[in-house]
Amino acid sequence: MTDSKYFTTNKKGEIFELKAELNNEKKEKRKEAVKKVIAAMTVGKDVSSLFPDVVNCMQTDNLELKKLVYLYLMNYAKSHPLCTDCEDPNPLIRALAVRTMGCIRVDKITEYLCEPLRKCLKDEDPYVRKTAAVCVAKLHDINAQMVEDQGFLDSLRDLIADSNPMVVANAVAALSEISESHPNSNLLDLNPQNINKLLTALNECTEWGQIFILDCLSNYNPKDEREAQSICERVTPRLSHANSAVVLSAVKVLMKFLELLPKDSDYYITLLKKLSPPLVTLLSGEPEVQYVALRNINLIVQKRPEILKQEIKVFFVKYNDPIYVKLEKLDIMIRLASQANIAQVLAELKEYATEVDVDFVRKAVRAIGRCAIKVEQSAERCVSTLLDLIQTKVNYVVQEAIVVIRDIFRKYPNKYESIIATLCENLDSLDEPDARAAMIWIVGEYAERIDNADELLESFLEGFHDESTQVQLTLLTAIVKLFLKKPSETQELVQQVLSLATQDSDNPDLRDRGYIYWRLLSTDPVTAKEVVLSEKPLISEETDLIEPTLLDELICHIGSLASVYHKPPNAFVEGSHGIHRKHLPIQHGSSGPAAPVDQPQVIPSQGDLLGDLLNLDLGPPVNVPQVCSMQMGAVDLLGGGLDSLVSDPIIIMHPTLCGWKNIIYVLLSNSWSGPGLISVDFLLLLAVLNFCVLQVWLPAAKAKGLEISGTFSRRQGHMYMDMSFTNKALQHMTDFAIQFNKNSFGMIPTTPLAVHTPLMPNQSIDISLPLNTIGPVMKMDPLNNLQVAVKNNIDVFYFSCLIPLSIFFVEDGKMERQVFLATWKDIPNENELQYQIKECHLNADTVSGKLQNNNIYTIAKRNVEGQDMLYQSLKLTNGIWILAELRIQPGNPNYTVKNTLNEKVCPNLWPVLYNIIWMQLWMYYS
Amino acid sequence: MIGGLFIYNHKGEVLISRVYRDDIGRNAVDAFRVNVIHARQQVRSPVTNIARTSFFHVKRSNIWLAAVTKQNVNAAMVFEFLYKMCDVMTAYFGKISEENIKNNFVLIYELLDEILDFGYPQNSETGALKTFITQQGIKSQTKEEQSQITSQVTGQIGWRREGIKYRRNELFLDVLESVNLLMSPQGQVLSAHVSGRVVMKSYLSGMPECKFGMNDKIVIDKQGKGDATVSIAIDDCTFHQCVRLSKFDSERSISFIPPDGEYELMRYRTTKDIILPFRVIPLVREVGRTKLEVKVVIKSNFKPSLLAQKIEVRIPTPLNTSGVQVICMKGKAKYKASENAIVWKIKRMAGMKESQISAEIELLPTNDKKKWARPPISMNFEVPFAPSGLKVRYLKVFEPKLNYSDHDVIKWVRYIGRSGIYETRC
Repeated sequence: MTDSKYFTTNKKGEIFELKAELNNEKKEKRKEAVKKVIAAMTVGKDVSSLFPDVVNCMQTDNLELKKLVYLYLMNYAKSHPLCTDCEDPNPLIRALAVRTMGCIRVDKITEYLCEPLRKCLKDEDPYVRKTAAVCVAKLHDINAQMVEDQGFLDSLRDLIADSNPMVVANAVAALSEISESHPNSNLLDLNPQNINKLLTALNECTEWGQIFILDCLSNYNPKDEREAQSICERVTPRLSHANSAVVLSAVKVLMKFLELLPKDSDYYITLLKKLSPPLVTLLSGEPEVQYVALRNINLIVQKRPEILKQEIKVFFVKYNDPIYVKLEKLDIMIRLASQANIAQVLAELKEYATEVDVDFVRKAVRAIGRCAIKVEQSAERCVSTLLDLIQTKVNYVVQEAIVVIRDIFRKYPNKYESIIATLCENLDSLDEPDARAAMIWIVGEYAERIDNADELLESFLEGFHDESTQVQLTLLTAIVKLFLKKPSETQELVQQVLSLATQDSDNPDLRDRGYIYWRLLSTDPVTAKEVVLSEKPLISEETDLIEPTLLDELICHIGSLASVYHKPPNAFVEGSHGIHRKHLPIQHGSSGPAAPVDQPQVIPSQGDLLGDLLNLDLGPPVNVPQVCSMQMGAVDLLGGGLDSLVSDPIIIMHPTLCGWKNIIYVLLSNSWSGPGLISVDFLLLLAVLNFCVLQVWLPAAKAKGLEISGTFSRRQGHMYMDMSFTNKALQHMTDFAIQFNKNSFGMIPTTPLAVHTPLMPNQSIDISLPLNTIGPVMKMDPLNNLQVAVKNNIDVFYFSCLIPLSIFFVEDGKMERQVFLATWKDIPNENELQYQIKECHLNADTVSGKLQNNNIYTIAKRNVEGQDMLYQSLKLTNGIWILAELRIQPGNPNYTVKNTLNEKVCPNLWPVLYNIIWMQLWMYYS
Repeated sequence: MIGGLFIYNHKGEVLISRVYRDDIGRNAVDAFRVNVIHARQQVRSPVTNIARTSFFHVKRSNIWLAAVTKQNVNAAMVFEFLYKMCDVMTAYFGKISEENIKNNFVLIYELLDEILDFGYPQNSETGALKTFITQQGIKSQTKEEQSQITSQVTGQIGWRREGIKYRRNELFLDVLESVNLLMSPQGQVLSAHVSGRVVMKSYLSGMPECKFGMNDKIVIDKQGKGDATVSIAIDDCTFHQCVRLSKFDSERSISFIPPDGEYELMRYRTTKDIILPFRVIPLVREVGRTKLEVKVVIKSNFKPSLLAQKIEVRIPTPLNTSGVQVICMKGKAKYKASENAIVWKIKRMAGMKESQISAEIELLPTNDKKKWARPPISMNFEVPFAPSGLKVRYLKVFEPKLNYSDHDVIKWVRYIGRSGIYETRC
């Protein structure tokens, strides 16, 4: 059957008939009718008047019918009422048409809308132009490529110079949104002339337009302080706007540009003064806006506490504030608490601790503790306030108070022990794990002063297995402490807890800690004492501060959702939007040229290298991708499994790399008596730890007292340089910065070195510096050599270290089977190298599993004459593939390494492979 | 930008749903209802993130307005927009209620189409909107009228249309202040501030250029004349968008072309030298475990010739109150069990006077360990002066094109001071 019959009917009044048929109830009839329409269209008849009727037929499951309707649509889209409306004499109708046009989200149809849109972008009426500007953003959302090809982005850029302020504002808004999905393109092209146009429009456009323009301005990097100042001068009047969003966006611009102004200039000081009143005024707005403002103020007071330090009173909580406002105000109060206002703050906090809302009360109690830690002079008063609160016997108040008192003890050891008796009275009422753990810690820590410490701890032991892990771990440690302090009376107790922890528990953390203690106590009690009862570092108030790089990024997002959530946009925005990370501008020439080199022995002297290193450019690294905002330290390697162990202040002297190193030394020096007791989990733990044993890279003697030791690691797809800086000099050190020389892999730090507090004598700090490989490349010898310059307020120091190649093995190093086969054959023989690994007793599966953990993937496996052959691939960050064949004979596996591109990599690969396999071997032998 | 906007009634039924962006699905409507409106707990934040979608909400009586987005939008802007949306709706059809919204839903969709384009807020001044969103279809305007509308909507002076004529040029200025206080039981001022608004009703012809002056300390000190003691220090002020902010920043002069009708010219805040119209002196004594004795004295602290009105003192009582006996010298006092408070009302009170209430509160014995939180005693009142001390010095009107001068304009000024949160702890 053919469809040709549709072409033959040709009567009068056809259109009328078709119209009736198109609206027929029967589906079949309608389909027939559409076919007739298409036929008529094809022969050149004008059936455009049937547009609405045909479109009606789109509502169908019938694919054939649908396709026909689309065919019709494409043909007649030009004469679609929308397109004709774009020519209407009434500008309101033209604008309406262009606005609706962008909402038709059908790819093929949008093509026909390009022409009308182009006309509307150049329309004589500003109302049409401002609507057309937004329409470009809509089209871009549907079909980005088309918008670029059609040159709409250029038209949009032209609109920035439009005479009408609202057109400018909408063009800016559209461009800003489009440029978010193209982070690298310089779409907005912010140059001084354009900035000037924006600033002019700022004075004239609607409140919303002002927000778009200010948000856009905040992305601009002024070339010098003069320009920054002149922009600030023109933005400050916005601080008096009634719209709080205008005010916050203006604050964002000013906070960013403040970075560029010299700190001693008069203007800088005036500007800081001008920022405070508008921020306070925001708090008299509606509660929702207050909430947004408070979340932002929280960031601002962390970045620049001087702005609001006089204004603490406005953050006092009002009785009928909504709870979300109350909680935020409380947070800011603590940040602003200082010796000058502590009396007032404490009086307020005490008041809040009697309120109704449980969360709020708890936070108020916690706040009292934080005040004690922050303002030393107030500690005594805080402690007595807390004691008063404990006397109220309100259960959750008591528990919260005990948790904060633990922290106060850690900050001021041996000062407030007199209150322990009062605390002990409340032992029975504690039912939350946090509070129980805190109490147990206190008892263990001060066991020698509590007469019945053993009884108290024993009482907890009864329900040991019902306790949470946190309480179990703390209890274990507390009893060990007690034992070390009063060995004679508590031997039974310690044995009881050790057997509970090691034999009756399924929890590997608990078991392993139990074994560690057991071994420590049985082999060398003196060392045990040194480890368990070692002096703990004091805690500081900085623990609640937002990590500085994140804070800087959030400052760039003031007013936006990111600043409300205190999270970078990519944490809550899907897709390409918001991936581009923002940075505070960096003042040029702030850190002058570094001092001359006097450490030639640390680094091989190379003419151009020194020149390169001397020119310490402390600017932000170019194009920074994802930064893992996790806490530093070796802990990450274990994916959180060890967190509870590490966060506990007792077993580890310092929950960081140094601490781990000590522990390992202690453990290793007590020779292991046999594998019997050691659980596999614990071995794994040790294996991982071994990776992060630090090497001393820069001895203190060569760097005027600064000792740097470190290691490299790869975690969750990112590379890190984990370092520990120790100040062995007599003066404090500040202004740290780091730079790498060009190297074989183009490795550079992702973020500047984040050492914000001065490093005091005999202190050490652990830094986890994220790295990436987008820097300049220069071949080094050996290939994995990295030359590093570190600067501080004293001097510049140089050292070189070897990067373990395994950190360059990327996660997507698994090659397709076919590709592997083809590549393997193509590699010339001279690129092939062979190695022998001796004394390996692993089978093929174990080996391939372990290698996969290090991003070396097994592509194929076969068995040839009783030998297992493994074919493996790995990829380096610079795109070089390395293919390998591993032949395993019992007792003598033969490892053949084939390299696809660069033979020079091979000799270096060897130690890496060796290292990984040896690691596993060692584990099984020990 | 804003991806969608929903309006719900108190049950969580959707009254208005307008989606601007593809990334917002229909399920977003339900997500908000389930997670926020029907949530068991009290709302803990006006911004909620559910499955990577952020919801901003405000509530007006029992109507919920929610804006939805998946992007990192300007949060302050979204809330300001929601407030503005409420203002616009109120200006069109009065109170925001379920019935009004249902009756005007076509109008609301039309408004949403105009003031939010692809999620970008556009001109939302009711003065301008009313010229072309009329619910009567776009009238067959002349070409001049059309271009006048569009230039006004997009123009520099989006808040006023040309060609306004009044037979009598008249303007009203209201200085409305709310005075906030938190006082300790001992009478120490813990915090006090005045947040004030200058509301203007203008009925002026043409495009009048106005200049507003008040006893701002900075201006008076700069001029070097006048008595510095009558000037006040303004901590901060914000202005309606008609005020030229750059001029205020450079010269501290407030000049503008006002919208027609009523609008808020400025808001300000002061914290220094505030006249506290009343002082509350509480005395609470616990007699045993089942009785409380409360005595509260209020003192008025302003010129004897002035009268304060609508005075109300609210004395909170414990939850386990079983009976209250009240004696007051003036006004009426009642114990309201449902509000857990004694409410003492006085119609009028002159300045420099004093009044007292004493009450005996009987308590039921409870075994509740938690102590009574003793909420503060709060006060409401209205006084015919500005507690901040603000005085309007002048409001000059110039209309260069029409032939009326500043002298022909009839001007009215009124001061009203009201209590904001005026609390004394006891």
